[in-house]
Amino acid sequence: MKLLSFLMSLVMLMISSPAYTMEGEEVMKKALQAFYYQGHDQSAKAHMEITDKQGRKRIRDFVSLRLNLGEKDGKQKYYVYFNKPVDVKKMVFMVWKNIEQDDDRWLYLPALDLVKRIAASDDRTSFVGSNFFYEDVSGRGLAEDSHELIDETDQYYILNSTPKNPENVEFTRYKIWIDKNSFIPMKIDYYDKDFIYRHYETLEMSNIDGYMTVLKAKMEDKRTGGKTVISYSSVKYQQNIPDKIFSERYLRKVPKKYF
Amino acid sequence: MLNKYSVLFIGVLSVLFSSVSANDFNANTEILEFNGYLETRVGVRIMDDARQKDASIGEVRLQLETEQEFDEVTLNIVTDFVYDPVLDVYPPDLENGEGVIDLRQANIVMSPVDFMDIKLGRQLLTWGTGDLLFINDLFAKDWNSFLIGRDVEYLKAPTDAIKVSMFFNVLNVDIVYTPVFDSDRFIDGNRITFFDRMTNTFRGRDQPLSVDKPEDAFDDDELSLRLFRSFGANEVAFYYYHGFWKSPAGVNPLSGNGLFPALEVYGASIRGTVAGGIGYAEVGLYKSDDSAASNPLSRNSELRLLMGYERELALELTGSLQYYVENKQDYDDYANSLPDDSIVDDKNRQVITVRFTKLMLQQELNVSFFNFYSTTDKDGFARFVTSYKLSDDLKVESGFNYFYGKYQYTFYAQFEDSSNIYAAIRYAF
Repeated sequence: MKLLSFLMSLVMLMISSPAYTMEGEEVMKKALQAFYYQGHDQSAKAHMEITDKQGRKRIRDFVSLRLNLGEKDGKQKYYVYFNKPVDVKKMVFMVWKNIEQDDDRWLYLPALDLVKRIAASDDRTSFVGSNFFYEDVSGRGLAEDSHELIDETDQYYILNSTPKNPENVEFTRYKIWIDKNSFIPMKIDYYDKDFIYRHYETLEMSNIDGYMTVLKAKMEDKRTGGKTVISYSSVKYQQNIPDKIFSERYLRKVPKKYF
Repeated sequence: MLNKYSVLFIGVLSVLFSSVSANDFNANTEILEFNGYLETRVGVRIMDDARQKDASIGEVRLQLETEQEFDEVTLNIVTDFVYDPVLDVYPPDLENGEGVIDLRQANIVMSPVDFMDIKLGRQLLTWGTGDLLFINDLFAKDWNSFLIGRDVEYLKAPTDAIKVSMFFNVLNVDIVYTPVFDSDRFIDGNRITFFDRMTNTFRGRDQPLSVDKPEDAFDDDELSLRLFRSFGANEVAFYYYHGFWKSPAGVNPLSGNGLFPALEVYGASIRGTVAGGIGYAEVGLYKSDDSAASNPLSRNSELRLLMGYERELALELTGSLQYYVENKQDYDDYANSLPDDSIVDDKNRQVITVRFTKLMLQQELNVSFFNFYSTTDKDGFARFVTSYKLSDDLKVESGFNYFYGKYQYTFYAQFEDSSNIYAAIRYAF
């Protein structure tokens, strides 16, 4: 009988555990949509304060335009216009985010009138020198990790996500707290083995045009002692930003009416 | 006679005032906002060159930039104020970028109809795919700035032109019309010594090159065209140029002055994603002056080809490789036309370039190495630049430019004695 009940429970486990992961994946999918895909298009002013271990501060100010193409977890286009620091003022960074293949990236350098294609494809490199990675700003693919729902409180779904290709990333796993109402990720701990070396926190959010929107967030790197706080303002949704804005023409001619 | 500046100036002003009504001025009463930087840059030669000063560069530069938006028109002005005791020339020469003022940009931008952008006035222009190699980008370059270690933005010299861009579903068109030929700021001996094949000697600031430049407004003009479109993230372009060789490519047999023979270029380029990186190819047929084929004093027609590939090699490290060739179209005529004992170039001048760029310390430290090597001329040019941002406003930079080669008369090797190291500090505001 003991053997039978053991086999039964093993079968139960085999049946239930995929369902359990499915649930984790479902929650993560909603979280990615809430975090990166709100509205059909979005425009926002961003202010980054990067502080290193010695307390030295650096500032990045930019305006970002984002357009969803089709599905809520599909391709997107980003247009990022820099205001600060002044040596990068008027530079534009453009990304066509792809799902199955590497993103396409361009950089416009006004001092040379140069439209440069960027070969760098590693999404886990610093975005403009901050503690945020490209991937933190534009989203990590749902299918790149297995997402396991490990706990649930009144307020949060708590997931443990493990990379499917650990050789491509610098973390072993990450634990993520997702707000049950809005599906906005409130806290993420990135582990290197058992050590939490990187920590994300949503500091402020607000309902804008019906979309719950992060207005302030922080990323800390415990190894370097650096942190970045990003604040968003002038967030606007559904401006009908046309697809053509994300092209060479508008790298040269900044579409300020959408800012 | 109207000179080019009065032509452009009147053009800019009349368009500006016709499109800006009095009401617009009331709506835009913000105080002019300026950005820019203050920079000191010094450098020395690492070889002895009796024809030049020991200092390769020594200057203080203030750049001021402002942008004014009126209703339908944006006005851009970028100007540099330069104190440069190495060149030691102070009256402003806006055309050659010498003297205390170097006007980089003074233009207006507007979109009279939805599918059209117009940029009129002094502007910087770039197109094409190469990395520090240019085939269809026949806009003015400042080779002196490039070789003495100014910021790479100064490789581009401004052009006084009207650029009309039109965007359609199937194709986009750029038309750039330059009423008066804008040459490169070419190597003339004043800053960088060069090898003069006519006299078989080096020429420095003691005997700089004089030129006869085509400069009749609307007669000695330039036309540059680009037809381009994207297929997804892959870009295809066709180019046409009608004008003159941008640096001296001929000699006046009587005066010995440099000449700019007529030039027509037909070209094409593609660029896209290849094997996890960016791949590109560009071609251009340079049709020189009709008589050039058998005229030893005039540069041959050439077919130029470029292929390049760039990709990320490791975290914050990118590498690129380019292959470039200049093929003389009438090689036999060229070889036969040369006097005895002349230096005879290869039919195909081939160049390979490599670049490595590494970002470190949260991207505040940038290290870049670029090397041109010609397998046919057996010469090369190595560029190393490293910059570090002490703060958002303050940047220090240092680098070297090293020229080498087997023979003293080839393209890069002739500058061997101008090899230099430099350092700069820049405060941006």
